[in-house]
Amino acid sequence: MTLIQKSAGISIQNLHLSFGNTKVLTGVNLEIKAGEFFAFLGPSGSGKSTLLRAIAGFGPRPKGKILVGDRDLAGLPPWERNVGMVFQSYALWPHMSVRKNVAFGLVEKKVPSNQINEKVEAALSLVGLLDYAERMPSQLSGGQQQRVALARTIVVEPDVLLLDEPLSNLDASLRVQMRRELLALQRKLGLTTIFVTHDQEEANTTADRMAVLDQGVVQQIGSPQMLYDHPENLFVARFLGTANILEGEITRADGGAQIELITGEKIAIESSVLGEGNLVLRPQNIVVRPDPSASALTGKISHREFLGAQVRYLVDVANTQMVVDQSHALDQPVLDVGAEVGLDINKKSGVFLPKKEVKHAA
Amino acid sequence: MTHQTAGAAPARRRLTDVLFPKFSGTVLAAIFIATLLFGFLILPVAKVIYVAFLDPQTGGLTLQNFGDFFSSSLFRESFYNSFYVSAMSVVVASVFALPLAYITSRFEFSGSMLIQSLGFIPLIMPPFVGAIAMQLLFGRNGTFNLLLANWGINIPFMEGLNGVILVQSVHYFPFILINLSASLRNIDRSMEESAQNLGAHGLRLFRRVVFPLAAPGYLAGASLVFIKVFDDLGTPLLLNVNNMLAPQAYLRISSIGISDPMGYVISFILVAFSVFSLWASFLLMRGKDYATTQKGGGGLSRRKLSTRENIFAYAIVILILLMVLSPHIALALLAFGTIWSYSPLPDGYTLDNFQTMFAQSGVYIKNTLVYAGLAAFIDVVLATAIAYIVLRTKIIGRQWLDYMATAALAVPGVVLGIGYLRTFNDFEVPLVGKPLASWWVIILVALTIRRLPYALRACTAALQQVSISLEEAAESLGADRSSTIRRIVVPLMSGGILAGFVTSFATAAVELSATIMLVSTDQDAPLAYGIYLFMQSPSGRGAGAALGIFAVIIVAAGTLLAQYIIDRDRKHRTGER
Repeated sequence: MTLIQKSAGISIQNLHLSFGNTKVLTGVNLEIKAGEFFAFLGPSGSGKSTLLRAIAGFGPRPKGKILVGDRDLAGLPPWERNVGMVFQSYALWPHMSVRKNVAFGLVEKKVPSNQINEKVEAALSLVGLLDYAERMPSQLSGGQQQRVALARTIVVEPDVLLLDEPLSNLDASLRVQMRRELLALQRKLGLTTIFVTHDQEEANTTADRMAVLDQGVVQQIGSPQMLYDHPENLFVARFLGTANILEGEITRADGGAQIELITGEKIAIESSVLGEGNLVLRPQNIVVRPDPSASALTGKISHREFLGAQVRYLVDVANTQMVVDQSHALDQPVLDVGAEVGLDINKKSGVFLPKKEVKHAA
Repeated sequence: MTHQTAGAAPARRRLTDVLFPKFSGTVLAAIFIATLLFGFLILPVAKVIYVAFLDPQTGGLTLQNFGDFFSSSLFRESFYNSFYVSAMSVVVASVFALPLAYITSRFEFSGSMLIQSLGFIPLIMPPFVGAIAMQLLFGRNGTFNLLLANWGINIPFMEGLNGVILVQSVHYFPFILINLSASLRNIDRSMEESAQNLGAHGLRLFRRVVFPLAAPGYLAGASLVFIKVFDDLGTPLLLNVNNMLAPQAYLRISSIGISDPMGYVISFILVAFSVFSLWASFLLMRGKDYATTQKGGGGLSRRKLSTRENIFAYAIVILILLMVLSPHIALALLAFGTIWSYSPLPDGYTLDNFQTMFAQSGVYIKNTLVYAGLAAFIDVVLATAIAYIVLRTKIIGRQWLDYMATAALAVPGVVLGIGYLRTFNDFEVPLVGKPLASWWVIILVALTIRRLPYALRACTAALQQVSISLEEAAESLGADRSSTIRRIVVPLMSGGILAGFVTSFATAAVELSATIMLVSTDQDAPLAYGIYLFMQSPSGRGAGAALGIFAVIIVAAGTLLAQYIIDRDRKHRTGER
């Protein structure tokens, strides 16, 4: 028996979906490679779970194509898709033992019973729960229930694996451990996996690539680092980590470019484009100077949070407030609230987004 | 709580503590209630069981009575019939309930409200009230068979045991409907979706996932129906079906006397079956709390019905609705009809029956209001006290008050009646000059004990919703325990207490099985007994039906009032307007 998957890629083409008159997904296009660990990331109501359920065949029927390998799933009922899904609540049937839960899909596939046993035990030992086969789901902890749900899904050797907020029902310490295990398992199986989450840390730490969704529209697709460093719009910039957004216009200046903020300050930056837009600055790319005289931007510290590895300052600059993180070393002094400070910005550290609104559904 | 034996305490003080223990008010209340429950529930039932094993001649313990019971063909037949009628009532009730539960939980059906109301309409009429009227609709010469006679068809709906099965299943099917619908509603959608995801659909999905998850609810309802029918006395008695256990017990005691051991043997069997079925359903339910709904999950997915399916669903629902309403319809026809015999409908319509009824049954109505009113009042007082003791004190054995009071559910009315007759017949009431068993107060006691579980559930639920911190706030502001109870706890429980009162009152007003054993003169008889008397003669049926209508109105008004109070209370609590 093999639990090593012949994995398939997923191609979603021009997918639209509505609940009644409410548009939930608009024009979704995605290419997920075979064997990839892919995340759907977005706030609640962004349509990420709806998209996942559409791949599994639940919910209203969408317009567009969902190809797994070269098979178009749109229009097939859930039970003919061979798409494995692990539910947020795990959905273990309380009237069946762990063994019966895991065997369920094999029985439906009419696998001969001697093979069922063998496969069930292989799947359970894969998730480390072979000794728990005769327990009832109510006798398991949350983490164990999740492993059973996982075993139950991969035992049928689906073409792809869908995980709906798999870590949200676990407590914080278990979550970190489980996400590592999930990733290790996925790598071992080589199974194309989509992971839905609203938690950017979860997506960042596990996904090869991810799609950020908002209001039913895919905002950007890329690796976690790519999306953090080079957001294509303000939503992605704000949703992934903390960002200072400075509005202004980029003009040529001696030897390079500068941005003139709408509040009047001028900051030298490197930019290949000119015009109006927003400058995205991560808090750690700004340096606080206790002496304000030499800096382009000056302000007053209005709030300070000591976070251990770093100190976060909120600095009132003209009419806006900026977030600045300074890494903290042993016994390094911190600045006090009320202090006048200068803010230095590295020329290369800002990302300029030319003025055009965030992509939204019409 | 009361004693803390400090090692150095002087022996003298300990002795006085033992002789004159300082009990708090709650401990005294607990002792009083325990005594009451012991005297009027445990003792009489134990007496009945004991007498079943007693040799009537020698007074020694014996199994001879059981031998006699099973060697009599009448009793064997009665035993078989009771079993058969109960089982068939479960089957027929399931036939009514399953389609309704299925339609509401699987489809978007516009008639769901209709089904919801179907769920409690039958319960507002005691089954025996409609029994006679049902004969006029479905009997050999009833409306349906007279109409069918044109085609030479005669369906024996009401012949012998069939009649009991039909009346009981029409009355009790809501127990199955309510329980089954609740457990279907509690199945999370992901339970179904994960099965579909793994390749199951259609009937296999239903058989492997949906049905097993709903089964505990169905079994809970079915066992309740079984035991209610098994214990019921009124319906078979009114339909003149005497070869069943409960009527045999009644007839033996009322015709041969309280020394005849057969009544006790039957009582033992009735109690044993009740306890057994409660225990069996407990075993079945144990560890099967399958309520799987998650927050925001919602129940099973519902499908829209096509027009044809919708018409079909409506046809089923309306058919069942008519069936369920048939006792009410028939009762109304009988009450407002002049003569109704060998004809599909009454010859004419009149209010005479109501005149006769009010002229003759003023005393029944008065007695009922007194008995049911007093019983319900005592019930809520006892229930409030028990709820408080169980939930708010640390008195040792407090749970047993709850268990004892609830155990009344497992005691059939006939058995309690026989127990009272046997236990209190020799107990002369001072100043009244009658044995307690034939004094009207014993009827009141029987109603109080039998309806206490209802009031207790309502009061326990009400107290559970009162946060302990509200009481602690009062105590920290200087209120002692009794004034906290008086000024904080009881006012906050008032909705639940009132609902408990109304439920107890409405159901006590139409209780027949215990009271029929205990009524010694017509002057003491309540309304249900009056209906029974009226229905004995064909000429009295109109007036009996009129009295039945009166009873239905009392129970219906009570049920609606209780519902209204509970709703208002809930809205009040959640701050809705």
